[in-house]
Amino acid sequence: MKTFFAARMERCIGCQSCSLACARLVHKRLSWYTAGIRIGSSGGISTGFEARVCLACDPPPCAAACPTGALTPRKSDGGVKQDRKLCIRCGKCVAACPVNAIVQDELNNPYMCIHCGRCVSFCPHDCLEMAEKGKANSVHEEAE
Amino acid sequence: MIRQDFRILLVDLSIRKAHIVDLPGRETYIGGSGLAAMLFEKYGDTSAPWGDPGQPLIFAIGPLTGYFPLMSKTVCGFLSPYHGQYAESHAGGRSALALRFADMDALVITGKASVPCVLSVGSRHMEIKDAPFLWGKDVFTTGKMLRHMLPGSGTRSILRIGPAGENGCAYACINVDTYRHFGRLGAGSVMGAKNLKAIAIVGDASFPLPEGKEYAKCFHEIYNQITETSMMSKYHDLGTAGNVAALDALKSLPWRNLQATSDPERIDGISGEKFAKDMLLRNTACSGCPVGCIHLGYLREKFMADNRYLYKQVAYDYEPIFALGSMLGFGDGFKVLGLMDAVEREGLDCMSGGVALAWATEAMEKGLITEAETLTPLCFGEAEGYKAAIRHLGAATNEFYRLLAQGTLVAARHYHGEDFACVLGQEMAGYATGETFFVSETLSFRHSHLDSSAYSADQKKQDQDAGKIVAGFVKDEASRCILTSAVGCLFGRGVYTEERLKDALTSLGLQKVADNLASAGEAIQKLRWRLRMRTGCDPMAARIPKRYTEVVTWKGPIDTAYMEELRQAYATRLLELGREEEAAGQ
Repeated sequence: MKTFFAARMERCIGCQSCSLACARLVHKRLSWYTAGIRIGSSGGISTGFEARVCLACDPPPCAAACPTGALTPRKSDGGVKQDRKLCIRCGKCVAACPVNAIVQDELNNPYMCIHCGRCVSFCPHDCLEMAEKGKANSVHEEAE
Repeated sequence: MIRQDFRILLVDLSIRKAHIVDLPGRETYIGGSGLAAMLFEKYGDTSAPWGDPGQPLIFAIGPLTGYFPLMSKTVCGFLSPYHGQYAESHAGGRSALALRFADMDALVITGKASVPCVLSVGSRHMEIKDAPFLWGKDVFTTGKMLRHMLPGSGTRSILRIGPAGENGCAYACINVDTYRHFGRLGAGSVMGAKNLKAIAIVGDASFPLPEGKEYAKCFHEIYNQITETSMMSKYHDLGTAGNVAALDALKSLPWRNLQATSDPERIDGISGEKFAKDMLLRNTACSGCPVGCIHLGYLREKFMADNRYLYKQVAYDYEPIFALGSMLGFGDGFKVLGLMDAVEREGLDCMSGGVALAWATEAMEKGLITEAETLTPLCFGEAEGYKAAIRHLGAATNEFYRLLAQGTLVAARHYHGEDFACVLGQEMAGYATGETFFVSETLSFRHSHLDSSAYSADQKKQDQDAGKIVAGFVKDEASRCILTSAVGCLFGRGVYTEERLKDALTSLGLQKVADNLASAGEAIQKLRWRLRMRTGCDPMAARIPKRYTEVVTWKGPIDTAYMEELRQAYATRLLELGREEEAAGQ
C-alpha cells in the first residue's frame, strides 16, 4: 500500500504549508506543531530544512508501545492507524518513536503521520510523495 | 486563537515582569498597522525621545495571520531613531506565525534591562536571560549562539540585532530568522537602547479551527489562486531582482550615487537573470507562504593562501542589489553579495547603508572628505574599501561614521554635501523613475517604495495633474493599511482584494470587521499620521535634494516645477490627514 515520504527535502523552502495543511485537514487544528509532519531547520535556516515525519517502521515500535490499542500497524508496509477514542494520552508512543516523529500537545494528545497524503498537494516544490515502499523519488523530472 | 479583543503581552524589561492585557478595538484597528498605532498611542510618550526607556517597541499581527497563505508578516511600531517620529517596519520569516502560535496579537516591550539580555516568550513562558556575553557580537555569531540558548527549535522565530543596533545607528535593522529584516527606520537601535540583544518567540500553542465549511472553502480558493495561477510567479522566479535590468533599460536605476540612471556596460553583471543563472543557490519562504520569494545567493570567498575558502548564503533582492550594487558602481554580482553579507553582519539597513556609502564616495571624489575621515579608500566598484567602511559604520568608529550612521543628510550637512545626498525622506529606494516616486518616497509613511504605486505610475505616461496624483497616493495608502493590518504581505495585494479580505474575515466569524473594512483603513491611515505629526513631523519642511532635479529618465529631464507642485500638494494633504480635529470627527 502507498506510504508517505518526504522524498525530496533538499528542495524544501520552509514554508510549512504541509504542516499547516496536516493540522488543518487531518487534525482540524490551526497549528504548525500538532501535525503529522513538522518542518524545522537542520541547525539554523542557512542549513536547509528537514521533515520530522513517520518513516513507516515495520513493525512500528509506537504501536508495540501503545498499551490501549489506539495505535495499530497498517495492513502492510509499516506505519500505524490511530483510533483517538482509545488513546489515554500516556505518551508511550512518543517515547518509543526512534526519530521523534510523534509530538504531544499541551493536553498530551499525540500527533503522528497516518500516511494519508493530504499534505502532498500543498508542497510548492514537490518535496512530498505518496509511493509504494522503495519506489519513492524514483522518477526524476527534467527541469525546463 | 480568534478573539474579538486584542490579546497583548506587555513586557517591562526594567522590572523584568510581563502581563497580559485584553484591549477592545478590533473593528476600528483590525490588527498589524492599526493595532501597532493604537498601542503606540496608548503606551508611547509623544513628548519623550525615541531612546527613552519607557517608549514601547511593538510587534503586531492581524486577524488573518496564520489562517491564510501570505498572511505572514509582522508590523513593528516604534519611535524612530532616524527622525524621532512614529514609524513602522514590516518583516516576515517565522515571526508572524510564531506570534500567532504564542497566542498574542501583539508583543509590546517597554523599559530597559540593567544588562544586555535576551527575551524569550511563548504561549506558556516568559523569560528574560542576561546575556552580556552577546553584546558586541555580530548578527551571525549571535544567531548561532542563540539557537543553543533558547527553547523551541522548529517552532520559533528569533529576532536579533548586530553592532549597528547596539551603537545607536539611525538605520539599524532587526534581523528576523537570518534572512528577513525589520529594516529602514532604525528599529534595531530601539532594541539596543533597551539592552535587548534578541527576542525569541516560541509558537507552541495549537488552536481549534473555525466552525463550518466557509473557512475551508475560502482557504482553498485563495491557496489555489496563489499556487495555480501566474499571479505570484514573478516573485519566486527571478524574484524582485528581475526588475534590475528592466529599470536600467528605462533609465531609472540609480548608478554611482545617482550620477547616472543606466549603465549598459555593467548592468548584465548584476541583473536578476545573472543572479539566477550564476549565484542563486536556493529559495526559502516565510512561514505560511508557499511563494518562496526569498532568494539565497552563493558567496564563496578565498580568505587565505593555498586555496582556503569559505562559503556563505546571502539573501538578495532588488533593493540590496541597487543599494550595494549599482549605487556603488558594481557590475559584478558576486562582489555585491559580499557587501550584502558585510551589511548583514553589522545589522544595518542595506538600503540606507549602501546609499550612505555612495554619498561618501562622491563626497570623497569632490574633496569634501578624505581618508582621514573614511579610514579606508572609497571608490565606486572597489569592494574591499566598502567592506571596511561597512564595519566602521556598524561600529561608529569615529566622528565621521557616527554622523553617517545618523543618516546621510546629517553627515552631508556637516561636510557640505547636501546637494548630492540621495535622500527621499530616508536614503532612497532604487527607483529613479521620476517626479511621482521622488515625491511619494519623500513624504510617505515608511519611505518605502511599497507605500504607494508611484514607481509603477512613473513607468507609464501620465497626466501632470498633482491633485489627481495626490488623491491616488492617499487612496492607495488607505487600501494598503487594510492589508498591512490583516497582516498580509504586500506582494499579495493582487490576490487579497478588499472583497477577498472580507470573505476571509467573515469565514473566521469576524463579520463586523469585514463590514467596516474601508472605513477602518482610512481611520488607521489618519491615526498613523496623527501620531507622526504629534512626534514632530512637518511634511511641508521635507525637501528633495538637488541631485533629483538633475536626473534624466526615459521621459527626459525631471520637470522641477511640477515636482515642487506635487510635493506641496501631497504635504498639504498629509497635514490634513494628521490634523487632530479629524479624530474628534470620527
